[in-house]
Amino acid sequence: MTADPKDELVTHLGAMRAFAMSLTRNAALADDIVQDALVKAWSNIGSFQPGTNMRAWLFTILRNTYYSHHRKRKREVEDTEGEMSAGLAQKPDHDGRLQMRDFNTAFGELPEEQREALVLVGAGGFSYEEAAETCGVAVGTIKSRVNRGRARLIALMDISEDDTLEVTDAVTQGIVTMNQSIA
Amino acid sequence: MSRPDRTSRTEQEIDQNLKRVYEDVANQELPSRFTDLLEQLRAKDAAATQKDGENDS
Repeated sequence: MTADPKDELVTHLGAMRAFAMSLTRNAALADDIVQDALVKAWSNIGSFQPGTNMRAWLFTILRNTYYSHHRKRKREVEDTEGEMSAGLAQKPDHDGRLQMRDFNTAFGELPEEQREALVLVGAGGFSYEEAAETCGVAVGTIKSRVNRGRARLIALMDISEDDTLEVTDAVTQGIVTMNQSIA
Repeated sequence: MSRPDRTSRTEQEIDQNLKRVYEDVANQELPSRFTDLLEQLRAKDAAATQKDGENDS
């Protein structure tokens, strides 16, 4: 008997909470969805193919749970939507990175399909192909959602091309220097 | 593709922020409701397995 895939579930719960949070923008609701998805995953573990990407499998269950059961509830609890950004805004900003509060506010204004595409590809380390499979859409659709999401974020945060240098921070500076040394 | 440097720089910044938001949550200590739930599920499995065994014999 090989390792029980159920033992691996716990290692993805943190990522599941992060993904759920990006969908719901509400901590309590996010954890409710993760809980439901975890129970579903546990009882349907037989449909997971060992050797394939468990995180992608779990995220598919998670987003199905969200879209089929919890999306309506989101509108009822929308007044708590600022919860996540409020919590993060308290963190010290000792560098000149894009202000977290602005970023979070802008991110929250994106349509959920752009949010999930951006989070999967930009933060979750999913390939376009994996993200497409997780969301049940074509690869081109994911690419366009990521691009439109980025463009919208830039517009919302008012990063015009000329302003870009003003929000430059240590990280960006490093990238700039790197680019220059390559060139 | 007229300004690939600038475009990729802005994209990098966005991804940095996305990662920060994501990892802030992903790296949080797991609330006990999840560890408790896993324990319950495991216990239920164990009970079911035992029952199956009894039925088989």
